[in-house]
Amino acid sequence: MLALLQNLGRHGLDVAAAFGRAGILLGQAMWGPLDWRYGPGLLVRQLHFVGVYSLIIIIVSGTLIGMVLALQGYTVLVRFGAESALGQFVSLTLLRELGPVVAALLFAGRAGSALTAEIGLMKASEQLAAMEMIGVDPLRRVARPRLWAGIIAMPILAQVFNMVAILGAVGVGVSWLDVDAGSFWGNMQAIVDFREDVLNGVIKAFAFGVVVTWIAVFEGFDAEPTPEGISTATTRTVVYSSLAVLAMDFLLTAIMFGVD
Amino acid sequence: MPANWIEIRNLSFSRDKRMILNSINMDIPRGGITAILGPSGCGKTTLLRLIGSQLQPSSGVISIDGVDISRLHRKALFVMRERIGMLFQSGALFTDLSVYENVAFPLRLHTDLPESMIHDLVLMKLHAVGLRGARDLMPEELSGGMARRAALARAIILDPELIMYDEPFVGQDPIFAGVLRDLIRRINRAMGCTCIIVSHDIAETVLISDYVYVLADGKVIGQGTPDTVMNSDDARLRQFLQGLPDGPVPFHYPAPDYRQDLHLEEA
Amino acid sequence: MQSRSIEITVGAFILLGIFALTFLVLQVSGLSFKDVRRDSYPLSAQFNTVAGLTPRAKVMVAGVAVGHVTAIHIDPISVRAVVDMSIDSNVDYLTTDSIASIKTAGVLGEQYVSIAVGGAPDILQAGDIIKDTQSAMILEDLIGKFVTNFSDKK
Repeated sequence: MLALLQNLGRHGLDVAAAFGRAGILLGQAMWGPLDWRYGPGLLVRQLHFVGVYSLIIIIVSGTLIGMVLALQGYTVLVRFGAESALGQFVSLTLLRELGPVVAALLFAGRAGSALTAEIGLMKASEQLAAMEMIGVDPLRRVARPRLWAGIIAMPILAQVFNMVAILGAVGVGVSWLDVDAGSFWGNMQAIVDFREDVLNGVIKAFAFGVVVTWIAVFEGFDAEPTPEGISTATTRTVVYSSLAVLAMDFLLTAIMFGVD
Repeated sequence: MPANWIEIRNLSFSRDKRMILNSINMDIPRGGITAILGPSGCGKTTLLRLIGSQLQPSSGVISIDGVDISRLHRKALFVMRERIGMLFQSGALFTDLSVYENVAFPLRLHTDLPESMIHDLVLMKLHAVGLRGARDLMPEELSGGMARRAALARAIILDPELIMYDEPFVGQDPIFAGVLRDLIRRINRAMGCTCIIVSHDIAETVLISDYVYVLADGKVIGQGTPDTVMNSDDARLRQFLQGLPDGPVPFHYPAPDYRQDLHLEEA
Repeated sequence: MQSRSIEITVGAFILLGIFALTFLVLQVSGLSFKDVRRDSYPLSAQFNTVAGLTPRAKVMVAGVAVGHVTAIHIDPISVRAVVDMSIDSNVDYLTTDSIASIKTAGVLGEQYVSIAVGGAPDILQAGDIIKDTQSAMILEDLIGKFVTNFSDKK
């Protein structure tokens, strides 16, 4: 019993220490003036790495999820003769919840794990130490452009996800199931609010982008510089960032749409 | 001006309550090649990291060129590091840059030289290591030996006063080890820089070094010119230098008596 | 890969993001710049109840959208609901005896304001109030009435 308590305490301290290290990393990486010596080229390269490479999976899964939503929504709504509400059902589900959340989970799996593995590998192959010896702060040169790239790429990916998902829903709902195109779009436009739904979705995506990249970059820097260390760190990135995204989603939803 | 470029006094370093370096004293003379030998895991790489001030000593003083480096502020430390080149065990080339850009990296960072001058300097250093033709290759396209040579070109691009080599010969075939040995000596003579070689490869290292330290269990167990160290009578030195399997450095990890452990005898 | 082609793909990526956001804003949320571009004028109507009507609901004449609801509030004196609407200015044929009613598109559809144009010679001016209104039908009330009638007849 005492051992259990002791274990719990030690674990808690470890967790607190990890949070501390992560916070220090974020602070050191983001603090200070932008250094153009490292160039905007680094940011562009990272945007390519985290953003463009994630685009395919985002587009494919977005389309499929939109199609499934339309199909499921239709089978329920048609029982009440309310299939004309399909547009609003699909768009609200996507804009408020599914779009940002699923895009963030995919992003964590595709880009987050890649970031952790890449940084872990740089650590294992002494590239980070070499940078320090040459006189470059790895947090500035390695962590900072990656953090920014993730923060910029995530909202873009989420909006692309929403767009293709809604187009997928149009494909299934309007073209296949013969929901009237006019009422599909009309109902959607009547009920979807720019600030309430679209903007809140963008804010969510932004927040998820910060959290996922932060965890990914931190786990990379914190990894044991061994093959096993890198693989556990990669797994941790996916698990922790998925959990963090879902928990934050609840929090943000409560703040944004919660009953007041 | 102190005669020794680096002076280490009573240096100790421990991590996770494990003593890695225990009260070490060392002098690295200016302009010479000093070898630090020792079995794997004796804290050689840690020592290099301490000299480069990537780690902070638990106690003791390291002074480079008369300056205690643990007292240096971040900025002064970076200035100091410009005078130090380091060849990492794995080369540590930046995987996202070509060989040319890797070598040019410190120049672009620390100087405002025009592009044409950077070009000339980089090609000169690449020529010195025989990789002028490989300038456009990416690090993953290089063999291990080539990567290490490219990394060497990067380490010497700023004409450092001190070059530290971390296990330069490990995992290299005899031809390349010979090439590298030759390079290290030539660079030392041509540039007049101080060199530290950390290695457990006695044969290769002793050939080119002026002075030798032998580390074991975090302590200096022997030092002197290569000849005196190689011919020492000290049992631990002899074991390491001649590669005897058992001796003062035991073959067995501490364990209870073998026969007792197998329950052949009552305790 | 060459840095130029990376720059181009990243640029295309960001443009795609902007395009997606524009699509969501214009096509999905229906936020349009028409209100700014096309002139409109305000009208109000008082109802006994607006049950279920929301701002941004459509205003229709003969089933054609001519404007939208901008705000709904309560008039403290008459204690009736006041619906503020914004009507396109090319709709200049709403007579003073027009009747505004709240209707539902389908059984479960959204609610909208329908204006039936009368025959009076005068035209409603900006800021006028439509007094002649039919309130929203409340399903529960209808069922209630039906049940009472049914039990009375027995």
